[in-house]
Amino acid sequence: MSTTDVVAQQAHATQAEIGLPKDNRILGLWIFLAGECAFFASLIGTYLGLHGSTLHGPTSQSIFDLPLTTVATLILLTSSLTVVLGVQAMQRRDVRGMQIWLWVTALLGLFFLEFQGYEFFTFYNKGLTLHSSAFGSAFFTLTGFHGLHVLFGVFWILLLLFQSLKHGINEERTSKVFIASLYWHFVDVVWVVIFTLVYLGGKVG
Amino acid sequence: MAAISERLAGVHHESRTYTGIWSWLATVDHKRIGIMYILSALFFMAFGGFEALVVRVQLWQPNNHVVSAETFNQLFTMHGVTMIFLVAMPILIGFINAIVPLQIGARDVAFPRMNALSLWLFVFGGLFLYSSFFFGSMPDAGWFNYVPLSGAKFSPGVGIDFYDIGLQISGIGTLMTAINFLVTILNMRAPGMRLLRMPLFTWSAMITMLLVLFAFPPITVNLILQMFDRLFGANFFNIAGGGNALLWQNLFWIFGHPEVYIVILPAFGIISEIVPVFAKKPLFGYESMAMALSVIAFLSFMVWTHHMFADGLGPVVNSIFAITSMLIAVPTGIKIFNWLATLWGGKIHFKTAMMYALSFIPLFVIGGVSGVMLAMAPADLQYNDSYFVVAHFHYVLFGGTLMGALAGLYYWFPKIWGRQLNETLGKINFWLVFIGFNVTFFPMHIVGLEGMPRRIATYSAGYGWTIWNQISTIGAFILLVGMLFLLYNLIITFARKPDAPADPWDGRSLEWATSSPAPEYNFAQTPLVRGRDPFWLEKREGSGQMQPAEPAGPIHMPSPSLAPIGIAFTLVLAGYGAVLHSAIIGGFFLLATFWQIGRALVAEDHGFHVTPHMGGEAQ
Repeated sequence: MSTTDVVAQQAHATQAEIGLPKDNRILGLWIFLAGECAFFASLIGTYLGLHGSTLHGPTSQSIFDLPLTTVATLILLTSSLTVVLGVQAMQRRDVRGMQIWLWVTALLGLFFLEFQGYEFFTFYNKGLTLHSSAFGSAFFTLTGFHGLHVLFGVFWILLLLFQSLKHGINEERTSKVFIASLYWHFVDVVWVVIFTLVYLGGKVG
Repeated sequence: MAAISERLAGVHHESRTYTGIWSWLATVDHKRIGIMYILSALFFMAFGGFEALVVRVQLWQPNNHVVSAETFNQLFTMHGVTMIFLVAMPILIGFINAIVPLQIGARDVAFPRMNALSLWLFVFGGLFLYSSFFFGSMPDAGWFNYVPLSGAKFSPGVGIDFYDIGLQISGIGTLMTAINFLVTILNMRAPGMRLLRMPLFTWSAMITMLLVLFAFPPITVNLILQMFDRLFGANFFNIAGGGNALLWQNLFWIFGHPEVYIVILPAFGIISEIVPVFAKKPLFGYESMAMALSVIAFLSFMVWTHHMFADGLGPVVNSIFAITSMLIAVPTGIKIFNWLATLWGGKIHFKTAMMYALSFIPLFVIGGVSGVMLAMAPADLQYNDSYFVVAHFHYVLFGGTLMGALAGLYYWFPKIWGRQLNETLGKINFWLVFIGFNVTFFPMHIVGLEGMPRRIATYSAGYGWTIWNQISTIGAFILLVGMLFLLYNLIITFARKPDAPADPWDGRSLEWATSSPAPEYNFAQTPLVRGRDPFWLEKREGSGQMQPAEPAGPIHMPSPSLAPIGIAFTLVLAGYGAVLHSAIIGGFFLLATFWQIGRALVAEDHGFHVTPHMGGEAQ
């Protein structure tokens, strides 16, 4: 790259530099997700280490309700599809389409949380609590932190949705919608790992 | 500086200007944030140092009763927690803040508001930790806070709750620093500043931030688990409830060992900056230095079990971790030899910064050698939990990290504050600290080999420990006098007018190419980097000035904001809610925190523009 190229490029960058440069946000979010991987890896490792410590309370085999969790999983995975459709609509400059798909995504996230709330309530009634056994502590903490991530994602998406409804969309907001969608995918991927290791693994042994 | 009207989240909003103390509370300038990090770290160092002195006075003679055993536990715990989390890390993060954007030719960090939030989370987290004093019990289970001692049964007071929550709060801030600086270093380098042209301090910052990124989540999880155990009756570490005490140790040291490198790699970086400047030679083996940093970082995640050799995990586990631990000596040795080769044949200028940097090398080698001794699993069983270990990690953390940080303080002081520290006082300060340090900590090797365990509040006569303890205590007071000389030097230097030249040491990297202190926009025109040691290159082969990579013009700056300090403040209040077992206070302030985070997520800062004088001075 010659010096004049560099100069021209930099001059352009200074002109366009309103708010944060777009790619900083995206790289920042990817790096944040790397840290989140370590966070969930620690929680999942903790769960795997403790899931046999059920004392005299319910075990994973006796308490997990696979059909229920499978439906919840399908709902959450579908929300990854809908957020992609939302981002695609945004890239076509179809703001209305983006808004509709963001609504659907947030609603699916809330459905998932309702399933999780129902599951927690059932487990609680069957005697599995945060302090019934180490298994209970590890299960509720891992899935609970995932649920909190979903809840945060729902609020995040709704905030961006309301902002776009009220003030329209601009370049900075599109980059914010994009990183919110990346976060949402990550939360889904973590659930796939949890579903496999905790629920499927918990049923077989 | 003209504030332009802007549109913030849909409402018309004037870009506020803040003056006086408010300009510091609302600042998003990486240089001011760096200054606040460094000064806060020095403030906490006074507390940590005082605690250490009381410990040394208590150990002056057998069966001493200056403080009770309970107080003694709190003293050494808070000393460790303070020095690691509130001194070593923030002082290095302070230098990274103040210097790294300058070294890569950037105008600011990638996320200036998040940077301010990191600072306030650290400051409030530290003050929160110390406020436990007013709640009747401070953390007292050692800096690594092992269960079951730190569980609700054996530590019923609120001290451990303060530990769990205070470290979470400041840890979140550190994690955000990591994201911020990784993006800054990867995305915001000046044209021509390739990765393998970056100064080694910037390299060490990048690698350190990678370590933070992967090491802090495990400790955060660990602290959350213990908080759940203590506040909500969970059973992670409660054996009777099916919990596992080794879980704490594993998660702690998966964080704890990389943490050791988090506080030493930036010091390596500082030494790698200072040695070439004062030896008037380019750094020997630049690529191998960068490579060694990366290898150390990689290995640092594979050695954590060497802190658990005495647990009885079996010969296979212990052998594997002994070997990986000893392997780290290889890249570290490469660094030592590269520094020595840089000095070889150089024209060495013995400024205070250089003297600290030169003392770092042998002191760190002593700490490194005793580290390899400790890495030998069978031998470790002899040293484990004795004063030999205390001697080892003080040679690494004081002889390494703190000597490096003090070298950095003398070296970068003119760039950060626009004044040079007094060299005569600096040399007195150096010699007293150097002598005091060795008199304090070298005898601990001996008394450790003679069997004195760590963390005992007192000891009986007749073991032959008394004389060594007394030498250590005398050394601690020499250290105190040495540090008071630093304090005096700081006070008289701050009282002077700023008069430092832009390039007082004939420097090599970009921070010396702008004025001292740097203007708020760092460089009037982004510099064009034509090689390694870019400023040196222009002084030797160019015009003596950096060539610009952009035309002169107005510079865009982010607006100051009180949002970061607000978020940190409500989060800390939520922490008090948790400690006081008040769901109402905790819940309210947690909601308030997330309310503000939500606002920050949709906020749009259009910033303002400044037009620099071409001399590089701020308007």
